Parts: sequence; structure tokens; C-alpha cells
Amino acid sequence: MQFSAWEIIKQGLTGNKGWKPHWRDPEPKSAYDVIIIGGGGHGLATAFYLAKEHGITNVAVLEKGYIGGGNVGRNTTIVRANYGLPGNSEFYSHSLKLWEGMEQELNYNTMMSQRHVLNLCHSDGQRDAFTRRANTMLIQGDDAEVLSRRQVRDYAPFLNFDNERFPIRGGLLHRRGGTARHDAVAWGYARGADMRGVDIIQNCEVTGFRIEQGRIKGVETTRGFIGAGKVGMAVAGRTTQVGQMAGLRLPIESHVLQAFVTEGLKPIIPGVVTFGMGHFYLSQSDKGGLVFGGDLDFYNSYAARGNLPAVEHVMQAGMSMVPMIGKARVLRSWGGIMDMTMDGSPIIDRTPVEGLFLNGGWCYGGFKAVPGSGHVFAHLIATGNHHKASTKHLLNRFETGHVIDEETTGAQPNLH
Amino acid sequence: MRLTCPLCGPRDVREFSYRGDAVLTDRPTTPEGFHDYVHIRENPAGPHDELWHHGAGCGGWLKVRRDTVTHEVLSVALAREARS
Repeated sequence: MQFSAWEIIKQGLTGNKGWKPHWRDPEPKSAYDVIIIGGGGHGLATAFYLAKEHGITNVAVLEKGYIGGGNVGRNTTIVRANYGLPGNSEFYSHSLKLWEGMEQELNYNTMMSQRHVLNLCHSDGQRDAFTRRANTMLIQGDDAEVLSRRQVRDYAPFLNFDNERFPIRGGLLHRRGGTARHDAVAWGYARGADMRGVDIIQNCEVTGFRIEQGRIKGVETTRGFIGAGKVGMAVAGRTTQVGQMAGLRLPIESHVLQAFVTEGLKPIIPGVVTFGMGHFYLSQSDKGGLVFGGDLDFYNSYAARGNLPAVEHVMQAGMSMVPMIGKARVLRSWGGIMDMTMDGSPIIDRTPVEGLFLNGGWCYGGFKAVPGSGHVFAHLIATGNHHKASTKHLLNRFETGHVIDEETTGAQPNLH
Repeated sequence: MRLTCPLCGPRDVREFSYRGDAVLTDRPTTPEGFHDYVHIRENPAGPHDELWHHGAGCGGWLKVRRDTVTHEVLSVALAREARS
């Protein structure tokens, strides 16, 4: 399926009845070289890079629902590389570079918009921490600018500078950060993988693994057994359950994170702005809706919907930071299931089962990681070795003490 | 969501803080068990035993059995009594 101005005019004049599906709907074969479980952003990107970078095209992506129906369609679409710790720093830097080349690589408009990410700070200590983080980002080769209070006022005059309880002391501006169109990312990777021979099989739920003498042989699914030389799991929100089928016990708790969108407004918010006191982040979608969210609901949940105290807290934080948004009406809210690890960083590693690989525990940072995660996971599956951008996201790091705890809150997943 | 504190009665969830899986009340007796104790969770989709602290109420630690898919609270007991 190709897009062009001519095609859009032609289809517009003929009732838009000639558009064709972007990918095939194949029956599963009896066996593949590689099976990826999970047809979300990470799984599709993995399949795409397996085919493109490693020439492995006898690949199936198994999705229990439909493509783009999981967390890749339920996030706040923010892309950034402003992490501070070794392990995460080089990984998100790698991922942001892939974001910048994504539209060319996929020949697909993912509406990647580097409209900046601004983190506000409200105390001298927080400003010092941001300065340190900015230096870390610069050393990593990414961009960062520390703004004074006056510079923040010039950049975003609509913020509440008269808040005595949470005064704005400055900010950390990351100009290469921004937002992208989440659904298009899933569709673009799906189309790119499909064009290279990958079978995308929807409505196919994995119900078990066939493991013989410690080696993966294939997966049991609702559409029968499918053999595989290697299997990769990328099942955000169900990592514990799928892992359990292979006998894995994981350092993960699943929590609910809510997000909100208002009615469409004229452009008023230039980029992504985050509040440094209480967790709140705000951006404006290309359709004009304000997109925002905050903290987890704090308790384990698979409900994909949250409770009102978290809603109230997000609204209060938003009103503290940008009082003018109080005039906007919230159109809808939703919750996503976050697989929270014990240190707040993801796991991309082999498992004790030979040939079975794990990509999970993305907490609430999975979207910005999509291209990087797919790229390094494909590298791990194809070569058996970790990509240099992801050598520290190991499954056994909790046992060895090499945790990557950005928030320094310890083994308390709901605080990361 | 409300929790019925055994001492205070039905109270709004905002009065409570969440601590996590109730496995935390079973401290291991050997050093080897501590990795599991600190890091590994069953994380069930369904009934889940968990610890809540009634910080804005009686200050008691509660062991709550709650369905993580529906948020239905199945039982609440004082953690101390639930253990013994």
C-alpha cells in the first residue's frame, strides 16, 4: 500500500473504497525460525529489525487481540532521551536516534514531532539535580539545556509563576524530545515487517510453551501448535503470566496508569511540559486535545481502568502548573497496565530456557523505547549477544545487585 | 474503592498507603531467600493478598485480599492477626 497526493485525490473522489490493508492476514505455518509473542510496538519493531538488519524473515508475530490494541495504543506518545544512569542513558539515546530516522526507514508518516520536552524544577536541590542530569545527557551525546526562571517564562509564559508553594526555579529543556503518532508507529512497523515476509497473526493467543530438555521447541496457541527455533516475548501488561507458562518467576508487579485527553483546542502548549512537584506531564496532540497524566494508582491492577483519587491528584497537579487548562473539558480517560520492575528499568535478556528471550518490564516508559527495544532485542535474538546499547538490562541484575534505579526508591515498584 | 478497616470501618482508599504483596510479612530465615523476598512477585491477575497501611486512620497494617482484575475487595484483616 503506497500513499501519494494523487492516490488521496483519487480515493477521495471514489468514496475511499479502494484502500487496501497494510499487511496480509496469513494462516500460521507449522513452524518458524523465530516467533515473537506480542504484536505491540516492541514486538513489531523486533520483527521488523530481525528481517531488515539480520535477514531473518521466516518470522511470525503472534498477537492475541489486534495490532495496536494494547499499550502502544494507550499511551501519551512522549519520546525523549533524558535518562541519567548508565544502562538507560545509552539505550534511550540509541532509541531517540532511531526515532529520528524512523519515517525514512519505514517510509511511513509516524508524525514524529520533536517539539521539545521541558522538565520544571521547583527548588535549588532539584535544579542541581537537573544540572547534573543535563551534563549526563550531554556526555551521552544528546542535547540538554538548563533554563533559568526567566528563560522558562519566555519559553512558556502560560505556566503558573505565582505559585508560592511550588515556585518555578528553572527547567531542563530537551529539544530533540517530543511526541509521535502512536498508532502510526505500530502500523508502520507492521507494514514494514510484513513487506519483508514476516507473518503477522492476529487473534492468536499463546497458551503454553513446548520446552524439551531446557530448550524451546515452539508455542501452543489458540490456533494450534506452532514450532519455533527461537521465541521472543514482548507482552507488556502480561509479562508475568506469559513468563509463568515457561516456568519463569519475575521481578515484576503490574499497576494501572491513567491518562486523559481534553476536547480539541487551538495550539496553546508548544511541547511536552512536566511538573517537578507531584507527577504531571502535559502535551497537545496534533488534533488539538491536551494529553496529560500523572502517577500510578499505586496498587496492583490488571483492570485497565483506575480510581478517582488518582484522577483528582492529576487534575490538582495540572491546575497548579497550568491554571488555564481548567477551562478545557476532559473528553475521556483510560488506564493502561504497566509491568513495573523492582528498579523501574526494563528487562531485555535471555531466559533460563534456551532459545527463549524476554523483553518486558517497561514500567510506564515503553513508548519512547519502541524502536530501540525492537532493534536491540532483534540483535539479541539473532546473534545471541547483547547489543552495545543494552548490556545492562539483565534479568539477574536484582540477584547480583546491578540494579538501574533512576528514581532511587528501591524495590518498591509503585514508586518508580 | 473503599477498604473496610477492622478497627475503623469502611474508609476511602485515600486514607491508606499501599505496600505491596503480603509475602512481605514472611521474612526468610536464610540469606538465600532474600532475593526472592525482596524482588520476586507472583503478580496474579485475580485474587491478590497485599499490605495496606491505614496511615490517615488507626495506623494499622492490614492484609487485604483483592481481585486485581475487578478491584473487588474480598477480605480485610489486621496483618498481625492474619499472620498468626
